[in-house]
Amino acid sequence: MSALRPDLAIIADHVAAGSRVLDVGCGDGELMDVLRAKHCDARGIEIDPANVSLAVGRGLSVVQGDADTDLVNYPDNAFDYAILSQTLQTARAPDKVLAELMRIGRHAFVSFPNFAYWRVRLSLAWGGRMPVTPALPVSWYETQNIHQLTIDDFRAFVKERGITVEQAWFLTGARRRGAAAANLRAEHAVFLLRR
Amino acid sequence: MIHDSRFGLARSVTLAGPLRLDGGARLAPVEIAYETYGHLDAEGSNAILICHALTGDQHVASTHPITGKPGWWTRMVGAGKPIDPARHFIVCVNVLGSCLGSSGPATTDPDAGAPYAMRFPVITIRDMVRAQAILLDHLGVGVLRAVVGGSMGGMQVLEWAATYPDRVRSAVAIATAARHSAQNIAFHEVGRQAIMADPKWRGGDYYADGDPPAAGLAVARMAAHITYLSEAGLTDKFGRRLQDRGAKSFGFDADFQVESYLRHQGISFVDRFDANSYLYITRAMDYFDLAEEHGGLLANAFQRSATRFCLVSFDTDWLYPTAESRAIVHALNAAGAPVSFVELSSPFGHDAFLLDVPELNRVVDGFLRAGEAA
Repeated sequence: MSALRPDLAIIADHVAAGSRVLDVGCGDGELMDVLRAKHCDARGIEIDPANVSLAVGRGLSVVQGDADTDLVNYPDNAFDYAILSQTLQTARAPDKVLAELMRIGRHAFVSFPNFAYWRVRLSLAWGGRMPVTPALPVSWYETQNIHQLTIDDFRAFVKERGITVEQAWFLTGARRRGAAAANLRAEHAVFLLRR
Repeated sequence: MIHDSRFGLARSVTLAGPLRLDGGARLAPVEIAYETYGHLDAEGSNAILICHALTGDQHVASTHPITGKPGWWTRMVGAGKPIDPARHFIVCVNVLGSCLGSSGPATTDPDAGAPYAMRFPVITIRDMVRAQAILLDHLGVGVLRAVVGGSMGGMQVLEWAATYPDRVRSAVAIATAARHSAQNIAFHEVGRQAIMADPKWRGGDYYADGDPPAAGLAVARMAAHITYLSEAGLTDKFGRRLQDRGAKSFGFDADFQVESYLRHQGISFVDRFDANSYLYITRAMDYFDLAEEHGGLLANAFQRSATRFCLVSFDTDWLYPTAESRAIVHALNAAGAPVSFVELSSPFGHDAFLLDVPELNRVVDGFLRAGEAA
């Protein structure tokens, strides 16, 4: 088995065994597979039909759907954790998606690429070009990331919405970064939230 | 192993009944034609029920007795397929109201000593499922590892999970809906009216002289057949090409290939199907509304369910479009039931569930195996 993406590995480590989990944007189900081994009742939503087929083919409960439109159909508190990994910045209405996530799950994990990472700043400030980095590998005209955000944007946003940050992890590649300079030094962030 | 005449191909049984029907009538006796494949394991835990569509039958993977064609779902059922007699005990039952051996309008009414014809009670999808349940009792099958079906078969799958939640571990509903839409009903009504407008229909009493309303039934089939295909599929297959001629005839012969094809579909259908059965089964489908049976809220149908669900739709199916499957998925999510759902891409329209779509096999295989591992 290939190693789990660093942000998914953090999430997998911190989801309590045996809990109910909804993975929004679950891809081909690699995180769900790990959670299933932890005896979690894991469900997934994924927009790409090829990924859904792969996930269902490996026996996971995954439905083809869109985070922007389909979360409303889940009841309140249906899950212990709702997970949104690398998907927030692709949503048409990230604020509404996050609100749904907090309604459905007692906790939420949210991970996203940090647009204030120094390489990104450099590319834009000095190169005058939209950044193409390991975390943001796709050119401006074909990227799905339509709502880029920074770690500080997210911190301000959850504060404004009265959402509690229980824990946060900051990463560059697989390396951890401290919270203090994370907005400059971290390529990725993972937040564990509760209402 | 001792030979048990209950198991095998081309089986039939007469059960005493009575079967209480949704319409209020009681049906007795109940004749049920079915086939089984493979062997029930010692724990009785490997049974899979396959539910057939409107004009399908119990010959899911065996030669059809009238047409001589291979079974209708050999792509899904057989050695090395997702549903495999080597691993599964497979049961496929001719639905109530049909004409391949189960009780239907062509069956002799014991009180009258003549075929029921239109005196056969109007039945529902739930009645079909109840008849299957009493057959499974007879076969010694308690809990089903899975119930699997497409189109009307998928409606039975959903009805099974709603009516007998404790007897269904996994449910696979393909290219289906939890209710018939106005458009679905409308197309069926065209078919029924075509049959009833045929002077040979004679109020349904045509069995004695062997002269059925073949023209009406053929037209019904032609209209329905269009709904099973996609516009792109028809264009791809026929376009505006002419049939065996260089120019239009300026007459009403089958000038176009698509006309010739539809006529062939209609004519070959009447050899294997009974017009009255077509009336009864289309009626059962039109009456189907799973939410209505559960206080108007579809989620209520699955509230007590511990069943795992897998739904599949096809992007070119306009008979039971993806939105219908999504509505079921939303209800299952609201009920907290484990559900997988995928819309597959296929050029074949509604009929895709019967055709070669490798992705469908992959999904069904993975879903069933995960249930078997659990």
